Amino acid sequence: MSLDMTTLLAIIAMAVVTYFTRIAGLFVADRLVLTGRAKAAFDAIPPAVLVAVIAPTALTTGWAEAIAAGITAVAAFRLPLLGTVAVGVIAVVVLRNLI
Amino acid sequence: MERANPFAIDYRREVRAGLRDIAPIVVAAVPISLLFGAVAAAKGLTPLEVTVMSALVFAGGAQFAAIETWIHPAPILTLAFATLLINARHVLMGASLSPKVRMSRIQKFLSFFFLTDEAWALSERRALERPVTGAYWTAMGVVLWANWTLFSGLGAILGSFLGDPERIGADFAFTALFIGLVAGFGRSRVTLVTVAVSAAVAALVHHFIGAPWHVASGALAGIAAAYFAAPKEARP
Repeated sequence: MSLDMTTLLAIIAMAVVTYFTRIAGLFVADRLVLTGRAKAAFDAIPPAVLVAVIAPTALTTGWAEAIAAGITAVAAFRLPLLGTVAVGVIAVVVLRNLI
Repeated sequence: MERANPFAIDYRREVRAGLRDIAPIVVAAVPISLLFGAVAAAKGLTPLEVTVMSALVFAGGAQFAAIETWIHPAPILTLAFATLLINARHVLMGASLSPKVRMSRIQKFLSFFFLTDEAWALSERRALERPVTGAYWTAMGVVLWANWTLFSGLGAILGSFLGDPERIGADFAFTALFIGLVAGFGRSRVTLVTVAVSAAVAALVHHFIGAPWHVASGALAGIAAAYFAAPKEARP
């Protein structure tokens, strides 16, 4: 059990930033009215970030991962989150053994 | 409309309602929390570090993203920026929910630490029928927080014994989880353009420049693509 100082600082930085985003809405309530393209850009932030994080693993690691990502995407529109994860993990294990 | 002390009168009922609504989400979060801890341990974090991170940050998406790109020593500014990008949605969620909760300003500042996608969605739904009380909101928040902190720490301890997560495909669980989360944002034309552009730019930057630059560049490219793909006029 140990705490690395740089790791702890990174965790604290993440915590401060996250808490800031959680209470920032209290300041801008009733004032933040995004419309049109600005709203579309703001709404796009979560999917854009999530996809950017996984794109290297999903697309450029190998065929097994790329095909499994495709299968997972199909499952994602039909299954709850846990089922989607299960399908993805099983698909990648099977494909890694086949390819 | 106002009773003498509605908070005290409804306290137990509100807590029970919160616990009942959050229960299925807590159950679903257990394996995901264990998984987070296990893969964080595989990236070199100690169980204590994982527990501290979950307790203080309490944001699954941002933590999964941080761990996926984790290197030693931790790039503090890069992690903070990625966290800001991923959690920026909280600003809109908080702004939307704030007028609907029956709490003092101080209570809001304290209890909005517990703002998560899940508790927010449940509260917005409840707000359609009745005001959201501090008891309802905080009961959900505390249970989700304790669950996430406890099981991610436990996952880190168990993960140290499991060894290489790649053997059982656990490394891909991140990717699958994120694909599932992205699917939750729908299949509109703007979303599909966002996803395609973000994925392409992130993969190219990762290949030619390297981590962790693919996160910010892919995300910003996807956001810009959404801006230009959306119609100019606001739809009602």
